[in-house]
Amino acid sequence: MAAFAVARSSCGLLSGLKSSFKTFGQVKHGVASAAVAQSQLQQQSRRWYSVSHLSVQERIDRKRNAALIGGGQKRIDAQHKRGKLTARERVALLLDKDSFVEYDMFVEHRCSDFGMEEDHNKFAGDSVVTGQGRINGRLVYVFSQDFTVFGGSLSGAHAQKICKIMDQAMMVGAPVIGLNDSGGARIQEGVESLAGYADIFLRNVMASGVVPQISLIMGPCAGGAVYSPALTDFTFMVKDTSYLFITGPDVVKSVTNEDVTQEELGGAKTHTAVSGVAHRAFENDIDALLNLRNFFNFLPLSNQDPAPVTECHDPSDRLVPGLDTIVPFETTKAYDMLDIIQGIVDEREFFEIMPNYAKNIVVGFARMNGQTVGIVGNQPKVASGCLDINSSVKGARFVRFCDAFNIPILTFVDVPGFLPGTSQEYGGIIRHGAKLLFAFAEATVPKITIITRKAYGGAYDVMSSKHLRGDVNYAWPSAEVAVMGAKGAVQIIFRGKSNQAEQEAEYVEKFANPFPAAVRGFVDDIIVPSTTRKRICRDLEVLASKKQTNPWKKHANIPL
Amino acid sequence: MAAYMITSTLQRVLLVAKHASFQSRCCVASSRVQYSTVYDSNEKTFDKILIANRGEIACRVMKTCKKMGIKTVAVHSDVDASAVHVKMADEAVCVGPAPTNKSYLNMDAIMDAIRKTGSQAVHPGYGFLSENKEFAKRLAAEDVVFIGPDTHAIHAMGDKIESKLLAKAANVNVIPGFDGVVENVEDAVKIAGEIGYPVMIKASAGGGGKGMRIAWNDDETREGFRLSSQEAASSFGDDRLLIEKFVNNPRHIEIQVLADKHGNALWLNERECSIQRRNQKVVEEAPSTFLDPETRRAMGEQAVQLAKAVQYSSAGTVEFLVDSNKNFYFLEMNTRLQVEHPITECITGLDLVQQMIRVAKGFPLLHKQEDIPINGWAIESRVYAEDPYKSFGLPSIGRLSQYQEPINLPKVRVDSGIQEGSDISIYYDPMISKLVTYGATRAEALQRMEDALDNYVIRGVTHNIPLLREIITHPRFISGDITTNFLPEEYPEGFKGHQLTSEGRRELVATAAALYVSAQLRSQRFLGNLRVSTTPQERRQWELCVELEKGSHAVAVSRSGSTFTVEVDGVKVEVSGEWNLASALLPVTINRTPRVLQCLSRDAGGDITLQYLGTQFKVRVLSQLVSTLSAHMPEKVPEDTSSILRSPMPGSVVAVSVKPGDVVAEGQEICVIEAMKMQNSLIAVKAAKVKSVHCKAGETVGEGDLLVQLE
Repeated sequence: MAAFAVARSSCGLLSGLKSSFKTFGQVKHGVASAAVAQSQLQQQSRRWYSVSHLSVQERIDRKRNAALIGGGQKRIDAQHKRGKLTARERVALLLDKDSFVEYDMFVEHRCSDFGMEEDHNKFAGDSVVTGQGRINGRLVYVFSQDFTVFGGSLSGAHAQKICKIMDQAMMVGAPVIGLNDSGGARIQEGVESLAGYADIFLRNVMASGVVPQISLIMGPCAGGAVYSPALTDFTFMVKDTSYLFITGPDVVKSVTNEDVTQEELGGAKTHTAVSGVAHRAFENDIDALLNLRNFFNFLPLSNQDPAPVTECHDPSDRLVPGLDTIVPFETTKAYDMLDIIQGIVDEREFFEIMPNYAKNIVVGFARMNGQTVGIVGNQPKVASGCLDINSSVKGARFVRFCDAFNIPILTFVDVPGFLPGTSQEYGGIIRHGAKLLFAFAEATVPKITIITRKAYGGAYDVMSSKHLRGDVNYAWPSAEVAVMGAKGAVQIIFRGKSNQAEQEAEYVEKFANPFPAAVRGFVDDIIVPSTTRKRICRDLEVLASKKQTNPWKKHANIPL
Repeated sequence: MAAYMITSTLQRVLLVAKHASFQSRCCVASSRVQYSTVYDSNEKTFDKILIANRGEIACRVMKTCKKMGIKTVAVHSDVDASAVHVKMADEAVCVGPAPTNKSYLNMDAIMDAIRKTGSQAVHPGYGFLSENKEFAKRLAAEDVVFIGPDTHAIHAMGDKIESKLLAKAANVNVIPGFDGVVENVEDAVKIAGEIGYPVMIKASAGGGGKGMRIAWNDDETREGFRLSSQEAASSFGDDRLLIEKFVNNPRHIEIQVLADKHGNALWLNERECSIQRRNQKVVEEAPSTFLDPETRRAMGEQAVQLAKAVQYSSAGTVEFLVDSNKNFYFLEMNTRLQVEHPITECITGLDLVQQMIRVAKGFPLLHKQEDIPINGWAIESRVYAEDPYKSFGLPSIGRLSQYQEPINLPKVRVDSGIQEGSDISIYYDPMISKLVTYGATRAEALQRMEDALDNYVIRGVTHNIPLLREIITHPRFISGDITTNFLPEEYPEGFKGHQLTSEGRRELVATAAALYVSAQLRSQRFLGNLRVSTTPQERRQWELCVELEKGSHAVAVSRSGSTFTVEVDGVKVEVSGEWNLASALLPVTINRTPRVLQCLSRDAGGDITLQYLGTQFKVRVLSQLVSTLSAHMPEKVPEDTSSILRSPMPGSVVAVSVKPGDVVAEGQEICVIEAMKMQNSLIAVKAAKVKSVHCKAGETVGEGDLLVQLE
């Protein structure tokens, strides 16, 4: 409750909102309530409400037309001026041409306080556009918040509209995409608005793991409102025009005396690089929506569907000669895991999730012979590819998404271990690292693992090892599966003894190669790197009918 | 513009240019080259040869060795451990770390490798130790055969003054000039006056373009003398200079000679190498369009006279400058296998490496001068990992993420020493390959070159194919009217890529639109049994908007099978093809003309990068709706680059001349970046105070890395 109040006050401080409020003339009780700059249409609308000689058909048409222009041309222009598109323009871009089927165009808010009951404060459809449509022919449910109507603020009716499509999406089994652009709670409605948020949150939670949920933040999203995107599977943002925060800069200033801009506090850069709240950011509304269409093609419609398979022109038996030389001879030298991933997947297309956060692990979607796969890879280029708190959490969440939605997981391993140090230990690397371990262990989708180089210590176990039910585990000839690197190992085994260099050589000979794991069957085969794509495609075909179930439980208790 | 300017001043570049070109990587992974060399297969040459080089030339030599049944030994630096030449060799020895002076120039290590492997002979390739008489001597001392000329020929031809005197004595035309060493500045002015302006001042010990200055009057002579002697002293430890007449607008034509140890010498016709940038050859051809048989014979005979005068054996090249009246002047003699030797092999049928090996063993030449033909025409394009938009080519590095040579095409030879996955590093010459095409006529060879360039897939590094393709299709080049100043004359403002005609524009726009529609159609094709049926959009016609180079075109696309009819600004263009969206090559037929484009990238936002006629164009294909709504999208303000200095290329920082708090003047040097042995001075574009310095001398930097920030 308190959090929400703080949230609301912060919303009022949003510069975008501020300017929109300036156009509101009659202010009652200090809240935005009546639009002075009413459009012609609103003038008319007042009339037709009270005039009964209009036929029902005419009234329908008028309402419909009113709904189409939301808060009116002036606010549409203001929205455009901010570099943002309107709720309907966004829906049109996101969905296939003419495929949008709108729901609840006639819904209006039910608030009767502060003059809200007056006709000119009623907008057909209220501050959100909802419905279903198609993306590349596939069904999707969409809501798009309309900033031109009361700053996109969430009324009871607004929430109800969203809940309706979410309920239906769950029933038919189709994803939900939310296009967020809202100033926050509708203050005039008080607890009704808060109840609305909670109704949505509950549905977000119920839908989690049932249908994919995606949030695209295209404007402000503050206070309690942020928890809906946070509960969805993916949160994308638009650079420069979208913000996510619990409290705005002014509240921050008054509480903690920090000076911070909106952008620094909750802009796309902050959330994609620092906080890890958002999964990716795009240049502008159009770029974001077109990329979202592209992203959507990777996802199954629900947990009842297999990972989608699209037409593929890339031969599944293609050799990738570049991989034979990619791992450097010196084990300390870095290389780019993305080069391996792009070389192996269909048409080099890799949709990376969180490319700027915890870069020591790479996660994202790609296709193998047309079928969607989730890819997890250690990135030797960043912090030697070690696992730390952030990379463990990033990887774990991604693995769980894939497992929930039947997407096979490919894991590329080059990991020297978990990152040591007080900041990691104090931060709880033990419980956070356990998340990744948990996620890989519980996953029942096809799991294919390729050890490209180092697989040291506990991190070896974690990275989808055979012991965690990896279906196919390969090692490249450059693989080293061991408890630790030669130097460290020799210092322990031969503590205090001389000729360590000799011992080190012995250790390297014994352990710095794939054989110890291969002779025990912990890797199924040692493969020529250039054949990796071919092998994986073949394995995925075989594993397509994999069936594995975990013991019945209410739910597991992942170490949160 | 960015905060730097590349003041790779001529002399700086020249200093290193020649060096760089010879320390080349890559060679022969060529396709079916048929040599018609006359040789006796019972001749016993060597059992094992060590190739003291890397890259394409090492591979090229090994090819012939394999053909002759000779075992090969590769030497390599640590970073080259998995290079093609190492894989190709029967044995390989690591001779040191990446820097060339510690590996490929490391004579001790190479001598060790020779002993260890029991190599009987060494082929030095070009560059590195190929013209190093010290190396030849050390080999001789251990009874290892140096596959090249004798030490005294290397020595005689390595010195400008001596070689000129020798040439004069052998009745070879030399450029009028002063034969001796110039004593001092006033001496230089006096000599220049006697020869007549313009004159060229150059270092006696230098080669190619190193430390050269052109002077048009007395003042320039004084300055040129001073600068050249400084450079000569610092580069070669020898500040002796000479002055000669400067031949304006010359052609660079060289004669390939081949001599044995029995006094036989042949001239194998000429190579025209006039297309150069910064004195580095870019496109070469054989024969030259310019020479008539008389001139050719005169040049050939003089070249042979010179070779005989120094008891030359092995393959060598005598370089001439040829003026517009077909007067030719001896320039220098290269006592090694030349980079561009393949075009001579193509027209004569001789395998030069094989001849070098035979001659080194002491066998006499089996050919007579009258056996040396000119069969057809051959063109060579040097494909470099370079950005041709920056002073006709600044080095670029990277990993060849995709690499496909056009060797499936007829009459194409590609000499390279790299493969998909190879790294182009800062340590070595950025040559990717030598692309050679040949045919019965020059027109045929040129046509094949066009096709070969279009079918050459290089991803991961910036390359100079745009420039190469523009050169070989340039009307002036086709007419044969070329000089060494071709590039600066034709592209005075620098190379800007292919300039689209209105028809070319339509072709490009139409292809991009058709590709876009193909991709859109495919993205709604889902396979397998679907629980929720899809409703793909069946459309006959697409209304699109295509943006290209600031222009915007309304486009209507209709499809019938794999053929798209695209109406671009009211003009119909028919494009058909396979539309394989996974392939790097995009072969299409545009209005019945077959063309090969390449699709470099294609993203969800409609941005498509196409390589069309060699040049990469960024095209944006938008639906009508997107196009209309784009007007509302905010313009992103680009970073203010006037106070940020970024590295224009990957390389290492040689010197940082400023520290935070310093006040720099406009044009003042801020730091020096060395890449591929080229030093580039980065200067301030405005007067300002230095805010922060992000690099230090000795560090390696990538392209675009922040170096210095000004206030």
